[in-house]
Amino acid sequence: MAEPMKIRATLKGDVADIRVLVAHPMETGQRKDAAGNIVPMHFIQSMTVTHNGNIVYDGQWSQAVSRNPVFAVRVRGAKVGDKVVVQWIDNKNDKRTDEAIIVAG
Amino acid sequence: MNLSHPSRPLRRTLLQFTGALGVLGTVAAAGLLKTTQAVAAVWNKAGFESKAVADAMKSLGASSAAESRDIVITAPDIAENGAVVPIEVVSRIPNTQSISIIAEKNPFPLSATAEFANGAEPYAYVRIKMGQTSHVRAVVKADGKFFTASKEVKITVGGCG
Repeated sequence: MAEPMKIRATLKGDVADIRVLVAHPMETGQRKDAAGNIVPMHFIQSMTVTHNGNIVYDGQWSQAVSRNPVFAVRVRGAKVGDKVVVQWIDNKNDKRTDEAIIVAG
Repeated sequence: MNLSHPSRPLRRTLLQFTGALGVLGTVAAAGLLKTTQAVAAVWNKAGFESKAVADAMKSLGASSAAESRDIVITAPDIAENGAVVPIEVVSRIPNTQSISIIAEKNPFPLSATAEFANGAEPYAYVRIKMGQTSHVRAVVKADGKFFTASKEVKITVGGCG
């Protein structure tokens, strides 16, 4: 099971700034291990964020996104206490869903 | 107990009822999913596996994207470590629907696409790997039309290996 994401959702005015840190190797399929064998591709392909159940961000990623990805989403019309749910699915069909509550910034 | 005879029609009715409910439930759920829930767009395999920028642009439908000054790319002029290059893109184009990020000289240039809905600001921030000094191109879809801008990022140590 993948490690939990770290989600920070803070409200500035009426815009929520949602920052997410994901634990994932994001292997490109080009790197070799110590024994000289190619490490197979392993990367997040889909990243979705919902705000109070409505999808706000539908991300598609390649293996070029850095290891332990950090990304951000901004949502207008948000309020303190609103629920944010983040889900990723990788190319091996591993997935992880975490949620956070928007707090005052 | 001899309940079989009288209960049978009821049982059948119940079965039919629940059957119908099941179908209705599925239809309702599908409808709901379409409007509000997270149904991830199909991963753009052709685009992400393109080795040429032109092919990546084509996969987005953005072959004839117009250069725009209303796309602001914030990225380091010189990145010491190509493994972690922060890229921020803000679109000032009205009705921006999506932002894609292309590292032009990467083996597979198309790095990420973000689609926005339900109040999301036209803002993308992600950290990417870059193999060498290259232009980073942002492609914005707004009102069904495509716009683009780019910024050069110099890489001291590549981050693809």
